[in-house]
Amino acid sequence: MTPLPILPAPEGPRPTVSLRARRAPLAAPALQLGALAAVAVEGGPTGTGDFGADLAASGWPALTPAPLEIFQVNVGKLCNMTCRHCHVDAGPDRTDENMDRATAEACVAALDRILAAPDAALHTVDLTGGAPELNPHFAFLVEAAVERGLHVIDRCNLTILTTRRFAHFPGWLAERGVEVACSLPHYRRLGTDAQRGGGAYAKSLEALRALNAAGYGQGDPRRRLTLVTNPVGAFLAGSQASMEAEWKAALARDHGIAFDRLIALNNMPISRYLEWLMEKGLVEVYLERLVNAFNPAAIDGLMCRNTISIGWDGRLYDCDFNQMLDLGAALPATPRPHVADFDLAAWQARRVVTARHCYGCTAGAGSSCGGATA
Amino acid sequence: MDTYYQLNHLPRFGEIAGGSKPLADAFFSYYGKVFEDGALTAREKALIALAVAHAVQCPYCIDAYTNESLAKGADLEQMTEAVHVACAIRGGASLVHGLQMLDHAKAQLM
Repeated sequence: MTPLPILPAPEGPRPTVSLRARRAPLAAPALQLGALAAVAVEGGPTGTGDFGADLAASGWPALTPAPLEIFQVNVGKLCNMTCRHCHVDAGPDRTDENMDRATAEACVAALDRILAAPDAALHTVDLTGGAPELNPHFAFLVEAAVERGLHVIDRCNLTILTTRRFAHFPGWLAERGVEVACSLPHYRRLGTDAQRGGGAYAKSLEALRALNAAGYGQGDPRRRLTLVTNPVGAFLAGSQASMEAEWKAALARDHGIAFDRLIALNNMPISRYLEWLMEKGLVEVYLERLVNAFNPAAIDGLMCRNTISIGWDGRLYDCDFNQMLDLGAALPATPRPHVADFDLAAWQARRVVTARHCYGCTAGAGSSCGGATA
Repeated sequence: MDTYYQLNHLPRFGEIAGGSKPLADAFFSYYGKVFEDGALTAREKALIALAVAHAVQCPYCIDAYTNESLAKGADLEQMTEAVHVACAIRGGASLVHGLQMLDHAKAQLM
């Protein structure tokens, strides 16, 4: 028998599919929460690894909301990419969890109720996914928010803009003054492709050039181009202010690309990033780094305090991470509160639901969808 | 203790204050200021420290400034180039002494 030829390894990192498509047990939120809870923790203000206790020791006996400013809608888990660290477990195989029209309309109705409140502080609609552009009601949500005078953020993976179907999107978004917040882990190729898949860096540069050509990244507040970086590994995000200057110089020098601001986020130890930590044997190391870097000054600006997170099915959460862990917002009305029943007074009166993953947002300079919080 | 280097010596570095707190305080305060953003960024300083760590072959510093370089946003290619800078300077330092050998040899050769 002739031995089989040894095939060269394909270029780029190992292809990834979603935990759910692989029927991986870790797809279950309870297993993720359990894996974090099982780690022995010594650091932090109380040395207990109890997030609530560390909050209380830092002057926050209860994590109470600030006025609601940001309406974040996760329109679905469908994505053209399968990044190694995705906390949503998004991917091309997640086709059935996508917001429908009725739910999108319920979101707009909730916006109107919030804006009608005399003390309304809401200023931003933040659209995320998956690749939010892939949802058929994305344009409806953008137009509805713009008509209401709200700032709109498209959390964009960049590569989607290089597909024929979305090639016109930079111009379409620019006409509506939509901020584009783009994932780019590093301004160089190595780390970007390691996290987001082989070829992602080249496509990301192509998309950034298209956004620049549409007027993005030149300091125009109606064409704001934000880059979002998270670490390609088991370490915390660096200082976004320090890195921003370096990134701007390097992207201009190497590729003639401009952007407006850089925000740096920590990776949340859940879903596929947790899977990666487990494979590397780094769950304890990473959790210890997060807990040891617990920063009380980051609490006040946590996004769970000024943001509502809405799932593709209309369910309400304190943040996108709690959404992925199936930790619904603690509202009195129902066990699984829905956007159709949204009540601003009840929302402002709630307590934020927390667990160990929350150390991801209080570590170092703090971490939220808007960047550092401290 | 059966080896000279101990993994826990790095996290216990602060215990050096046991012998002299004022000197330790002065050193750590100075050390912290050195690595702040200045004319050089904190990332550039971390990369310099990584290169120096290899030149002085300090295992504690190599671990610490690998972590620090990553945390400050450097990538593996940049960190590898920094180590090659240390390597080139160390290699060059040896080789340039060859001129001493050359002159000394020439003085006594036909």
